[in-house]
Amino acid sequence: MNLIAIAISSCLVSNVVLSQFLGICSFIGVSTDIKTSAGMGGAVVFVITMASIVASLIYDFVLIPFGLDYLKTIVFILIIAALVQIVEMFMHKCMPALYNALGIYLPLITTNCAVLGVAITNAQNSYNFAESVVNGFATAVGYLIAIVLLAGIREQIVDNDIPHSFQGAPIVIVTAAIMSIAFFGFSGLMN
Amino acid sequence: MNKLSNSERIFNGLWKENPLFVLMLGTCPTLAVTTSAFNGIGMGLSSTAVLVFSNLIIALMRNVIPDRLRLPAEIVVVASLVTVVDMLMAGFTPAVYSALGIYIPLIVVNCIILGRAEAFAMKNNPIISFFDGLGMGLGFTVALVAIGAVREIIGSGTLFGFHILPASYVPCSIFILAPGAFFVFAGLTALQNKLKMPSATNGDARPLDSESGEACMHNCMTCGIKGCSTRTK
Repeated sequence: MNLIAIAISSCLVSNVVLSQFLGICSFIGVSTDIKTSAGMGGAVVFVITMASIVASLIYDFVLIPFGLDYLKTIVFILIIAALVQIVEMFMHKCMPALYNALGIYLPLITTNCAVLGVAITNAQNSYNFAESVVNGFATAVGYLIAIVLLAGIREQIVDNDIPHSFQGAPIVIVTAAIMSIAFFGFSGLMN
Repeated sequence: MNKLSNSERIFNGLWKENPLFVLMLGTCPTLAVTTSAFNGIGMGLSSTAVLVFSNLIIALMRNVIPDRLRLPAEIVVVASLVTVVDMLMAGFTPAVYSALGIYIPLIVVNCIILGRAEAFAMKNNPIISFFDGLGMGLGFTVALVAIGAVREIIGSGTLFGFHILPASYVPCSIFILAPGAFFVFAGLTALQNKLKMPSATNGDARPLDSESGEACMHNCMTCGIKGCSTRTK
Protein backbone atom coordinates (compact mmCIF):
# COMPACT_ATOMS: atom_id res chain seq x y z
CA MET A 1 0.00 0.00 0.00
CA ASN A 2 1.45 3.35 -0.91
CA LEU A 3 1.74 6.28 1.45
CA ILE A 4 -1.15 8.31 -0.01
CA ALA A 5 -3.52 5.38 0.34
CA ILE A 6 -2.49 4.94 3.97
CA ALA A 7 -2.98 8.64 4.60
CA ILE A 8 -6.48 8.78 3.07
CA SER A 9 -7.50 5.55 4.69
CA SER A 10 -6.52 6.47 8.22
CA CYS A 11 -7.54 10.13 7.98
CA LEU A 12 -10.98 9.85 6.39
CA VAL A 13 -12.15 6.35 5.51
CA SER A 14 -11.50 4.64 8.83
CA ASN A 15 -11.49 7.79 10.91
CA VAL A 16 -9.90 7.18 14.28
CA VAL A 17 -12.81 8.51 16.31
CA LEU A 18 -15.85 7.95 14.16
CA SER A 19 -15.18 4.45 12.98
CA GLN A 20 -12.48 3.03 15.27
CA PHE A 21 -13.77 4.62 18.50
CA LEU A 22 -10.34 5.58 19.78
CA GLY A 23 -10.15 8.76 21.79
CA ILE A 24 -13.93 8.99 22.28
CA CYS A 25 -13.48 10.35 25.78
CA SER A 26 -11.65 13.52 24.81
CA PHE A 27 -13.74 13.74 21.65
CA ILE A 28 -16.86 14.18 23.76
CA GLY A 29 -15.25 15.89 26.75
CA VAL A 30 -13.18 18.62 25.09
CA SER A 31 -15.38 19.49 22.11
CA THR A 32 -17.33 22.29 23.76
CA ASP A 33 -15.91 25.06 21.56
CA ILE A 34 -13.87 25.25 18.37
CA LYS A 35 -10.87 27.00 19.86
CA THR A 36 -10.24 24.49 22.65
CA SER A 37 -10.90 21.53 20.41
CA ALA A 38 -8.48 22.85 17.78
CA GLY A 39 -5.85 23.22 20.52
CA MET A 40 -6.51 19.68 21.68
CA GLY A 41 -6.40 18.42 18.10
CA GLY A 42 -3.11 20.21 17.52
CA ALA A 43 -1.57 18.69 20.62
CA VAL A 44 -2.79 15.24 19.58
CA VAL A 45 -1.33 15.66 16.08
CA PHE A 46 2.01 16.58 17.60
CA VAL A 47 2.10 13.79 20.17
CA ILE A 48 0.83 11.04 17.85
CA THR A 49 3.32 11.97 15.13
CA MET A 50 6.19 12.07 17.62
CA ALA A 51 5.02 8.81 19.23
CA SER A 52 4.83 7.11 15.82
CA ILE A 53 8.37 8.17 15.02
CA VAL A 54 9.87 7.06 18.33
CA ALA A 55 7.79 3.89 18.68
CA SER A 56 8.54 2.84 15.12
CA LEU A 57 12.29 3.35 15.58
CA ILE A 58 12.37 1.46 18.87
CA TYR A 59 10.19 -1.33 17.50
CA ASP A 60 12.30 -1.81 14.36
CA PHE A 61 15.75 -1.39 15.88
CA VAL A 62 15.39 -2.65 19.45
CA LEU A 63 12.38 -4.91 19.95
CA ILE A 64 12.48 -6.89 16.69
CA PRO A 65 16.27 -7.57 16.59
CA PHE A 66 16.25 -8.78 20.19
CA GLY A 67 13.07 -10.83 19.78
CA LEU A 68 11.22 -8.72 22.36
CA ASP A 69 8.18 -8.21 20.15
CA TYR A 70 5.82 -9.36 22.91
CA LEU A 71 6.86 -6.44 25.12
CA LYS A 72 5.48 -3.90 22.69
CA THR A 73 2.42 -2.89 24.74
CA ILE A 74 4.51 -2.11 27.82
CA VAL A 75 7.25 -0.37 25.87
CA PHE A 76 4.83 1.74 23.83
CA ILE A 77 2.86 2.99 26.80
CA LEU A 78 6.07 3.96 28.59
CA ILE A 79 7.37 5.70 25.46
CA ILE A 80 4.15 7.67 25.19
CA ALA A 81 4.15 8.65 28.85
CA ALA A 82 7.79 9.72 28.71
CA LEU A 83 7.29 11.55 25.42
CA VAL A 84 4.36 13.54 26.74
CA GLN A 85 6.47 14.51 29.77
CA ILE A 86 9.36 15.62 27.58
CA VAL A 87 7.11 17.54 25.20
CA GLU A 88 5.47 19.21 28.17
CA MET A 89 8.77 20.27 29.72
CA PHE A 90 10.14 21.42 26.37
CA MET A 91 7.07 23.52 25.58
CA HIS A 92 6.99 24.93 29.09
CA LYS A 93 10.57 26.21 28.65
CA CYS A 94 10.65 27.15 24.97
CA MET A 95 7.08 27.84 23.87
CA PRO A 96 5.27 29.19 26.94
CA ALA A 97 2.43 30.72 24.89
CA LEU A 98 1.50 27.43 23.25
CA TYR A 99 2.02 25.62 26.54
CA ASN A 100 -0.46 27.86 28.29
CA ALA A 101 -2.94 27.52 25.44
CA LEU A 102 -2.92 23.73 25.67
CA GLY A 103 -2.94 23.71 29.45
CA ILE A 104 -4.21 20.53 31.03
CA TYR A 105 -4.79 18.75 27.72
CA LEU A 106 -1.15 18.06 27.11
CA PRO A 107 -0.44 15.69 30.04
CA LEU A 108 -3.81 14.03 29.59
CA ILE A 109 -2.95 12.88 26.08
CA THR A 110 -1.06 9.97 27.66
CA THR A 111 -4.35 8.29 28.40
CA ASN A 112 -5.82 9.02 24.97
CA CYS A 113 -6.17 5.54 23.53
CA ALA A 114 -5.67 6.87 20.00
CA VAL A 115 -1.95 7.37 20.68
CA LEU A 116 -1.34 3.81 21.84
CA GLY A 117 -3.75 2.56 19.18
CA VAL A 118 -1.69 4.09 16.38
CA ALA A 119 1.59 2.72 17.74
CA ILE A 120 0.13 -0.79 17.99
CA THR A 121 -1.52 -0.59 14.56
CA ASN A 122 1.82 0.38 13.05
CA ALA A 123 3.51 -2.59 14.70
CA GLN A 124 0.73 -5.07 13.85
CA ASN A 125 0.63 -4.07 10.18
CA SER A 126 4.46 -4.13 10.12
CA TYR A 127 4.57 -0.67 8.60
CA ASN A 128 8.05 0.61 7.81
CA PHE A 129 9.31 3.90 9.23
CA ALA A 130 7.81 6.18 6.54
CA GLU A 131 4.49 4.34 6.58
CA SER A 132 4.31 4.55 10.37
CA VAL A 133 4.94 8.28 10.40
CA VAL A 134 2.40 8.92 7.64
CA ASN A 135 -0.16 6.69 9.33
CA GLY A 136 0.38 8.45 12.66
CA PHE A 137 0.14 11.93 11.21
CA ALA A 138 -2.92 11.13 9.08
CA THR A 139 -4.74 9.44 11.96
CA ALA A 140 -4.11 12.46 14.14
CA VAL A 141 -5.31 14.82 11.42
CA GLY A 142 -8.45 12.69 11.21
CA TYR A 143 -8.93 13.21 14.94
CA LEU A 144 -8.40 16.96 14.51
CA ILE A 145 -10.98 17.13 11.71
CA ALA A 146 -13.54 15.13 13.67
CA ILE A 147 -13.19 17.05 16.93
CA VAL A 148 -13.26 20.49 15.27
CA LEU A 149 -16.34 19.52 13.23
CA LEU A 150 -18.09 18.24 16.33
CA ALA A 151 -17.21 21.41 18.26
CA GLY A 152 -18.56 23.52 15.40
CA ILE A 153 -21.84 21.62 15.42
CA ARG A 154 -22.08 21.83 19.20
CA GLU A 155 -21.62 25.60 19.08
CA GLN A 156 -24.52 25.76 16.65
CA ILE A 157 -26.93 23.56 18.61
CA VAL A 158 -26.18 24.91 22.06
CA ASP A 159 -29.28 27.14 22.09
CA ASN A 160 -31.57 24.64 20.39
CA ASP A 161 -34.64 23.28 22.09
CA ILE A 162 -33.31 19.79 22.81
CA PRO A 163 -35.66 17.26 24.49
CA HIS A 164 -34.95 17.16 28.19
CA SER A 165 -33.67 13.59 28.24
CA PHE A 166 -31.23 14.28 25.44
CA GLN A 167 -29.64 17.38 26.96
CA GLY A 168 -25.95 17.13 27.69
CA ALA A 169 -24.07 14.03 26.65
CA PRO A 170 -26.80 12.15 24.70
CA ILE A 171 -27.26 14.82 22.03
CA VAL A 172 -23.49 15.01 21.56
CA ILE A 173 -23.36 11.26 21.00
CA VAL A 174 -26.26 11.44 18.53
CA THR A 175 -24.34 14.17 16.71
CA ALA A 176 -21.31 11.91 16.60
CA ALA A 177 -23.49 9.09 15.24
CA ILE A 178 -24.71 11.26 12.37
CA MET A 179 -21.14 12.41 11.67
CA SER A 180 -20.13 8.78 11.62
CA ILE A 181 -22.77 8.04 8.98
CA ALA A 182 -21.51 11.01 6.96
CA PHE A 183 -17.96 9.68 7.12
CA PHE A 184 -19.17 6.41 5.61
CA GLY A 185 -19.38 8.39 2.39
CA PHE A 186 -15.60 8.43 2.24
CA SER A 187 -15.41 4.65 1.96
CA GLY A 188 -15.86 5.02 -1.80
CA LEU A 189 -12.47 6.75 -1.94
CA MET A 190 -10.59 3.53 -1.34
CA ASN A 191 -10.15 0.52 -3.65
CA MET B 1 -17.04 2.55 51.58
CA ASN B 2 -13.85 0.91 52.76
CA LYS B 3 -15.65 -1.11 55.40
CA LEU B 4 -17.87 -3.02 53.01
CA SER B 5 -17.67 -6.78 52.85
CA ASN B 6 -16.43 -8.71 49.83
CA SER B 7 -19.89 -9.55 48.54
CA GLU B 8 -20.90 -5.94 48.88
CA ARG B 9 -17.91 -4.97 46.75
CA ILE B 10 -19.16 -7.26 43.99
CA PHE B 11 -22.69 -5.89 44.20
CA ASN B 12 -21.23 -2.38 44.20
CA GLY B 13 -19.36 -3.05 40.95
CA LEU B 14 -22.25 -4.86 39.32
CA TRP B 15 -24.96 -2.40 40.15
CA LYS B 16 -24.40 0.60 42.44
CA GLU B 17 -21.22 1.85 40.77
CA ASN B 18 -21.40 -0.02 37.49
CA PRO B 19 -18.28 1.23 35.69
CA LEU B 20 -20.00 1.76 32.38
CA PHE B 21 -23.57 2.77 33.21
CA VAL B 22 -22.88 4.78 36.35
CA LEU B 23 -19.25 5.87 36.30
CA MET B 24 -19.17 6.22 32.48
CA LEU B 25 -15.65 4.83 32.23
CA GLY B 26 -14.25 2.73 29.41
CA THR B 27 -16.49 4.01 26.65
CA CYS B 28 -13.97 3.49 23.84
CA PRO B 29 -13.76 -0.32 23.97
CA THR B 30 -17.46 -0.42 24.74
CA LEU B 31 -18.48 1.25 21.52
CA ALA B 32 -15.92 -0.64 19.47
CA VAL B 33 -16.42 -4.27 20.47
CA THR B 34 -20.15 -4.52 21.18
CA THR B 35 -21.12 -5.59 17.68
CA SER B 36 -22.40 -8.83 19.20
CA ALA B 37 -23.18 -10.11 22.68
CA PHE B 38 -20.44 -12.70 22.36
CA ASN B 39 -17.75 -10.10 21.68
CA GLY B 40 -19.02 -8.26 24.74
CA ILE B 41 -18.36 -11.35 26.86
CA GLY B 42 -14.86 -11.73 25.42
CA MET B 43 -13.93 -8.13 26.05
CA GLY B 44 -15.62 -8.07 29.45
CA LEU B 45 -13.92 -11.19 30.76
CA SER B 46 -10.47 -10.23 29.50
CA SER B 47 -10.84 -6.81 31.13
CA THR B 48 -12.07 -8.52 34.30
CA ALA B 49 -8.98 -10.72 34.42
CA VAL B 50 -6.70 -7.71 34.08
CA LEU B 51 -8.69 -5.69 36.58
CA VAL B 52 -8.76 -8.41 39.25
CA PHE B 53 -5.04 -9.07 39.10
CA SER B 54 -4.00 -5.43 38.72
CA ASN B 55 -6.07 -4.55 41.80
CA LEU B 56 -4.56 -7.49 43.69
CA ILE B 57 -0.95 -6.76 42.73
CA ILE B 58 -1.20 -3.03 43.25
CA ALA B 59 -2.87 -3.50 46.62
CA LEU B 60 -0.07 -5.88 47.63
CA MET B 61 2.56 -3.36 46.60
CA ARG B 62 0.77 -0.23 47.79
CA ASN B 63 3.09 0.26 50.75
CA VAL B 64 6.32 -0.11 48.79
CA ILE B 65 5.46 2.07 45.79
CA PRO B 66 6.75 5.61 46.35
CA ASP B 67 3.97 8.12 46.00
CA ARG B 68 5.64 10.03 43.16
CA LEU B 69 6.15 6.87 41.10
CA ARG B 70 2.60 5.70 41.65
CA LEU B 71 1.29 6.14 38.12
CA PRO B 72 4.26 4.69 36.21
CA ALA B 73 4.25 1.70 38.56
CA GLU B 74 0.53 1.16 38.04
CA ILE B 75 0.87 1.47 34.28
CA VAL B 76 3.68 -1.09 34.17
CA VAL B 77 1.68 -3.57 36.26
CA VAL B 78 -1.40 -3.12 34.06
CA ALA B 79 0.58 -3.29 30.82
CA SER B 80 2.33 -6.50 31.92
CA LEU B 81 -0.99 -8.13 32.78
CA VAL B 82 -2.48 -7.03 29.47
CA THR B 83 0.47 -8.59 27.65
CA VAL B 84 -0.13 -11.87 29.47
CA VAL B 85 -3.86 -11.81 28.66
CA ASP B 86 -3.06 -10.89 25.06
CA MET B 87 -0.76 -13.90 24.64
CA LEU B 88 -3.14 -16.28 26.43
CA MET B 89 -6.03 -15.21 24.22
CA ALA B 90 -3.95 -15.49 21.06
CA GLY B 91 -3.04 -19.03 22.09
CA PHE B 92 -6.30 -20.41 23.47
CA THR B 93 -9.15 -18.36 22.01
CA PRO B 94 -7.97 -17.31 18.54
CA ALA B 95 -11.50 -16.58 17.29
CA VAL B 96 -12.24 -14.08 20.06
CA TYR B 97 -8.72 -12.72 19.74
CA SER B 98 -9.13 -11.86 16.07
CA ALA B 99 -12.62 -10.43 16.64
CA LEU B 100 -11.38 -8.06 19.35
CA GLY B 101 -8.14 -7.26 17.54
CA ILE B 102 -6.39 -4.09 18.59
CA TYR B 103 -8.76 -3.49 21.49
CA ILE B 104 -7.04 -6.16 23.60
CA PRO B 105 -3.71 -4.32 23.92
CA LEU B 106 -5.76 -1.15 24.39
CA ILE B 107 -7.11 -2.53 27.68
CA VAL B 108 -4.00 -0.81 29.09
CA VAL B 109 -5.56 2.60 28.59
CA ASN B 110 -9.03 1.55 29.75
CA CYS B 111 -9.91 4.15 32.35
CA ILE B 112 -11.68 1.60 34.54
CA ILE B 113 -8.47 -0.26 35.30
CA LEU B 114 -6.24 2.69 36.17
CA GLY B 115 -9.22 4.33 37.83
CA ARG B 116 -9.77 1.42 40.22
CA ALA B 117 -6.03 1.10 40.83
CA GLU B 118 -5.84 4.75 41.81
CA ALA B 119 -9.13 5.05 43.63
CA PHE B 120 -9.35 1.71 45.37
CA ALA B 121 -6.36 -0.63 45.24
CA MET B 122 -3.85 1.99 46.40
CA LYS B 123 -5.86 2.52 49.58
CA ASN B 124 -7.22 -0.89 50.49
CA ASN B 125 -6.03 -4.36 51.43
CA PRO B 126 -5.41 -6.98 48.72
CA ILE B 127 -8.42 -9.17 49.47
CA ILE B 128 -11.04 -6.49 49.26
CA SER B 129 -9.25 -4.99 46.24
CA PHE B 130 -9.46 -8.38 44.55
CA PHE B 131 -13.22 -8.46 45.07
CA ASP B 132 -13.56 -4.84 44.01
CA GLY B 133 -11.82 -5.73 40.75
CA LEU B 134 -14.06 -8.76 40.34
CA GLY B 135 -17.21 -6.72 40.91
CA MET B 136 -16.15 -3.91 38.60
CA GLY B 137 -15.06 -6.38 35.92
CA LEU B 138 -18.33 -8.30 36.09
CA GLY B 139 -20.27 -5.04 36.02
CA PHE B 140 -18.37 -4.04 32.89
CA THR B 141 -19.02 -7.46 31.34
CA VAL B 142 -22.75 -7.28 32.06
CA ALA B 143 -22.93 -3.79 30.57
CA LEU B 144 -21.02 -4.85 27.44
CA VAL B 145 -23.21 -7.91 26.96
CA ALA B 146 -26.35 -5.80 27.37
CA ILE B 147 -25.25 -3.26 24.75
CA GLY B 148 -23.92 -6.03 22.50
CA ALA B 149 -27.21 -7.91 22.74
CA VAL B 150 -29.26 -4.84 21.75
CA ARG B 151 -27.01 -4.15 18.77
CA GLU B 152 -26.92 -7.78 17.70
CA ILE B 153 -30.69 -8.26 17.91
CA ILE B 154 -31.48 -5.09 15.95
CA GLY B 155 -28.51 -5.26 13.64
CA SER B 156 -28.51 -8.91 12.64
CA GLY B 157 -31.61 -10.44 14.25
CA THR B 158 -29.56 -12.88 16.29
CA LEU B 159 -28.46 -13.28 19.89
CA PHE B 160 -25.22 -15.12 20.65
CA GLY B 161 -25.36 -16.25 17.01
CA PHE B 162 -28.85 -17.85 17.26
CA HIS B 163 -31.67 -16.44 15.17
CA ILE B 164 -34.28 -15.19 17.58
CA LEU B 165 -36.28 -12.87 15.36
CA PRO B 166 -38.58 -14.25 12.63
CA ALA B 167 -37.05 -14.65 9.20
CA SER B 168 -39.29 -11.86 7.91
CA TYR B 169 -37.31 -9.35 10.02
CA VAL B 170 -34.91 -7.39 7.85
CA PRO B 171 -31.81 -6.68 9.95
CA CYS B 172 -31.05 -3.00 10.37
CA SER B 173 -27.38 -3.50 9.77
CA ILE B 174 -26.36 0.05 10.66
CA PHE B 175 -26.63 -1.04 14.29
CA ILE B 176 -23.64 -3.33 13.98
CA LEU B 177 -21.69 -0.62 12.16
CA ALA B 178 -20.02 2.37 13.80
CA PRO B 179 -23.02 4.76 13.89
CA GLY B 180 -25.17 2.13 15.61
CA ALA B 181 -22.76 2.09 18.54
CA PHE B 182 -23.21 5.81 18.98
CA PHE B 183 -27.00 5.61 18.62
CA VAL B 184 -27.39 2.83 21.19
CA PHE B 185 -25.06 4.59 23.60
CA ALA B 186 -26.89 7.90 23.14
CA GLY B 187 -30.22 6.18 23.77
CA LEU B 188 -28.83 4.61 26.88
CA THR B 189 -27.55 7.86 28.37
CA ALA B 190 -30.80 9.59 27.44
CA LEU B 191 -32.74 6.85 29.22
CA GLN B 192 -30.60 7.35 32.31
CA ASN B 193 -31.30 11.07 32.18
CA LYS B 194 -35.00 10.37 31.79
CA LEU B 195 -35.17 7.97 34.70
CA LYS B 196 -32.90 10.20 36.78
CA MET B 197 -30.71 7.21 37.45
CA PRO B 198 -27.40 7.86 39.17
CA SER B 199 -24.85 8.40 36.46
CA ALA B 200 -21.82 10.50 35.75
CA THR B 201 -23.87 12.27 33.11
CA ASN B 202 -26.63 13.44 35.41
CA GLY B 203 -26.23 12.94 39.15
CA ASP B 204 -25.81 16.11 41.14
CA ALA B 205 -24.17 18.07 38.33
CA ARG B 206 -27.63 18.87 37.06
CA PRO B 207 -26.80 21.83 34.76
CA LEU B 208 -25.56 19.48 32.09
CA ASP B 209 -25.34 22.03 29.31
CA SER B 210 -23.26 24.45 31.36
CA GLU B 211 -19.57 24.44 30.64
CA SER B 212 -18.55 23.20 34.07
CA GLY B 213 -20.97 20.29 34.15
CA GLU B 214 -19.69 19.17 30.78
CA ALA B 215 -16.04 19.18 31.69
CA CYS B 216 -16.09 16.30 34.15
CA MET B 217 -18.60 14.09 32.40
CA HIS B 218 -17.33 10.72 31.21
CA ASN B 219 -14.13 12.36 30.11
CA CYS B 220 -11.69 9.50 30.31
CA MET B 221 -8.82 11.87 29.94
CA THR B 222 -9.58 13.53 33.21
CA CYS B 223 -11.02 10.51 34.94
CA GLY B 224 -8.40 8.03 33.86
CA ILE B 225 -5.70 9.39 36.05
CA LYS B 226 -6.53 12.39 38.13
CA GLY B 227 -10.22 13.22 38.07
CA CYS B 228 -11.26 9.64 38.49
CA SER B 229 -9.90 9.22 41.97
CA THR B 230 -11.72 12.29 43.13
CA ARG B 231 -14.93 11.29 41.43
CA THR B 232 -15.30 7.94 43.10
CA LYS B 233 -14.71 9.38 46.57
